[in-house]
Amino acid sequence: MEQLPHFQTFRSQTINSQIINSQTINSLGIDGVLSPTCHYRISDQDLLKGYEIMTLTRLVDERMITLQRQGLISFALSSFGEEACAVASAAALNFCDWMYPQYREPGVMFYRGWSIQEYIHQMFCNSHDLNLGHQMPNHFGAKSLNVVTVSSTIATQIPHAAGCAYAMKLQGEKSVAIAYFGDGGTSEGDFHAGLNFAAVRKVPAIFFCRNNGYAISTPVSKQFASDGVAPKGIGYGIATFRVDGNDYYAVHEITAKAKGLCLEGKGPVLIEAMTYRRGAHSTSDDPSLYRKETEVKEWEAKCPILRLKRHLMIKGLWDDKQDAAMIEKISQEISLSIDVAKAAPAPPLQSLFEHVYFQS
Amino acid sequence: MPIMNMIQSLNLTLHQEFARDDKLLTFGEDVGAFGGVFRVTAGLQEKFGEDRCFDTPLCEQGIIGFGIGIAQKGLKPICEIQFADYIFPAYDQIVNELAKMRYRSGGQYCAPLVIRTPYGGGIHGGHYHSQSPEAQFLHTPGLKVVVASSPYDAKGLLTAAIRCQDPVLFFEPKRIYRQIKEEVPMEEYEIPLGVAKIQTMGHEADLQATLIGWGAQHHQNMEAAKQLNISHGIGIEVINLRTLNPLDINAITCSVQKTGRCLIAHEAPKTQGFGAEIAALVMEHCFLSLEAPVARCCGLDIPFPNALEADYLPDAARVVQAMLDLIRY
Repeated sequence: MEQLPHFQTFRSQTINSQIINSQTINSLGIDGVLSPTCHYRISDQDLLKGYEIMTLTRLVDERMITLQRQGLISFALSSFGEEACAVASAAALNFCDWMYPQYREPGVMFYRGWSIQEYIHQMFCNSHDLNLGHQMPNHFGAKSLNVVTVSSTIATQIPHAAGCAYAMKLQGEKSVAIAYFGDGGTSEGDFHAGLNFAAVRKVPAIFFCRNNGYAISTPVSKQFASDGVAPKGIGYGIATFRVDGNDYYAVHEITAKAKGLCLEGKGPVLIEAMTYRRGAHSTSDDPSLYRKETEVKEWEAKCPILRLKRHLMIKGLWDDKQDAAMIEKISQEISLSIDVAKAAPAPPLQSLFEHVYFQS
Repeated sequence: MPIMNMIQSLNLTLHQEFARDDKLLTFGEDVGAFGGVFRVTAGLQEKFGEDRCFDTPLCEQGIIGFGIGIAQKGLKPICEIQFADYIFPAYDQIVNELAKMRYRSGGQYCAPLVIRTPYGGGIHGGHYHSQSPEAQFLHTPGLKVVVASSPYDAKGLLTAAIRCQDPVLFFEPKRIYRQIKEEVPMEEYEIPLGVAKIQTMGHEADLQATLIGWGAQHHQNMEAAKQLNISHGIGIEVINLRTLNPLDINAITCSVQKTGRCLIAHEAPKTQGFGAEIAALVMEHCFLSLEAPVARCCGLDIPFPNALEADYLPDAARVVQAMLDLIRY
C-alpha cells in the first residue's frame, strides 16, 4: 500500500467495500499543478469565486481574533488552513441543499452569500445579529440560506442532518443535507446515532468530517485507535471517501460525487477530509502548550488558499496585482463593517424573552 | 359514545391525526409492525405505510436527533421513547437542541415535535420501568410538558400536543393504560395545554384544602379526597394539572386562596420534585391565605424499588394521612 506522506498520523490499510478508496483522493499539488489523473473540471468563474471566498474567510477570521484581543468581542475562533473544506464543499452543492455546520465553517456562510457585515454583526452579538444575541460569536446560521444555526454542543447536528435528509426524501426533493464536524465529534454518541439512522433509512445525507488533527488539545492519536474516521463509515454500511481536505479540486469533486450517490438513492456518504487546524481552537486556547511550531509550519506549505492561487496563476486567471487589489477591497469592507457593528446597540431587553416558545 | 381505555384512545387519536395531516410520522423502538410494546401505535404502519411509521435502531439520542431534523424540514414527528426511564441518552438532544432551537436561532428555526413516553410506577418495573422524570425536563425553558391521566384527557391532550408549534413531552402513566375506562368521543377535540381540571369533593362550605396532582397519582388523590369527605367530613378541591408547563397557576392560586391549605402529591421523589416548585409558587401567591405550611406527599428519596413498590408510592392512604396532618397543623 502506498504511503500517504501528508497524513503521517494514519496507517493506510485496504478496506473492502463498494466505494472506499484506500488512498486519499488528491488532485491539486502544493505547487498548484493539477494531477494528470484528475479529469474533474471546475469552471474558471467558480474557481475564482472559491478563491475569493477562501481569502475573505481567512481575512475575516484574522481580524476577528484581533478584535477579541482588543476586547471588542467576547470570543472568536477561526478556520485557518481548513478553508477549502467548507468552501469547496459548499461550491459543489446547490442552494436547496441544507447545511448543518459546526462553528468552523464560516466559509459556507460567505459562499452562500452572507455579507461580511452580516457575519460581523453576529460576531458582535448586537441588535442586528439574527440570533438576537442569544448565542456566542461564531454561532452563525440563516434560514434564508438553508444553513441551520450552529450550537456549541459537539456532533448534535449529525442526526439532525440525517432527519432533515429523510424529510427531503419523503417530500420528493432532489436535495441533500450535509453535516460538518471535526475528528473529535466522531467520538460522540450522536455521530454513531446519526450515521446509523441515515444508513438504515437510506437518506440523502453527506457527513463531512474535517479531520484536522486536534480536538482543542487532544490529538487524533488519543481520540481513536482506528485508521482515522473512514472505517467508521464502512462499519455502518455507508459509502466513504477520504480526501485531501486542503485540495479545492478533490473536495469539490468528492462532494459532488457524494451528492450524486445520495440522489441515486444509494444512501448517505461519509467524507473524511484530511486537514490541519493551524489556528488555536479558539481565543481561549494556547496551542503552544501541546504542539510544536514546526508542525504548524509544515502545514503552512499545504495551505489550501495558496495552492488554489498558484493554480489560478498557472492557468493565467490571476496575478499578484489582482490579488493585492482584492485583499485591499476585502480589508476595507471588514474595517467598515466593524465600525458599523461597533456602533450598533445591544439587542433590546425584551429580546431576552423572545422565541423561547412560539409567538403568534 | 364508545368506552375506551387510554391505549385505545391514544391509538384512535394517532389514527385520526395521521389521516388529517399527511405531514405526521411516528417512529421509535418496536413501533412499526409490532405497534409498540404497549400497542399505542398499532395499525399505523399497515394503514399509513412504512415511511410514516417505522422501527428505529435502539438508540434514544438518535430517535430524538433524527426527529429534530425532520421537524426542521417541516414534517411533524411523534417520537416514542419506549419507557421514560430510557429517555436519558436523549437528554442532551432534548434540553440542548430541541428546547433551544427556536431561541438560539432568534426564531429562524424550530423543531416542534412530540415525544410520547410511558412513565410512572405501579407495574412492578423496578428502577428502570417506573420512574417519573418530569422535573428534570421542567427545569428547561422551551419544552412543554403534559401528563395525561384518563382516556378522555389523553385524546384531547395528545391532539393539542400534535397541533402545538412547540416541542411537547407527553408522559403516559402506564399503570392506568388499561385500568381506567370511560366514554371517549369519536370526533376530534383538543384540551388546551395549560388548563387544569378541578373537581370538588364535598360541599363548598366544607372546603378545607386543595390537593394537587397529575398522571396516575391523580386517581390516588381522588380516592383520598373521597375517604376524607366520607369519614371526616372534609371538603377538598382536587386539581389535576394535566399540563405541567404551561402551568395553570391561576387555578392553583384561586383554589388555595379559597381553601387556605395546599397538599401536593406526586410519584417522583420528594426532593427537587415539581411539588417543590408548586409549593414555592403557592407561598409567593397565597401567603396571606394560608392556614398551614404547604405540604408534600411524594415518592421516597430512594431509587424506585421493586419488591416494596407499594411502600414507595404515595397511595390514597398516605395522602389521607398527609391531609389530616395538614389540617391538624
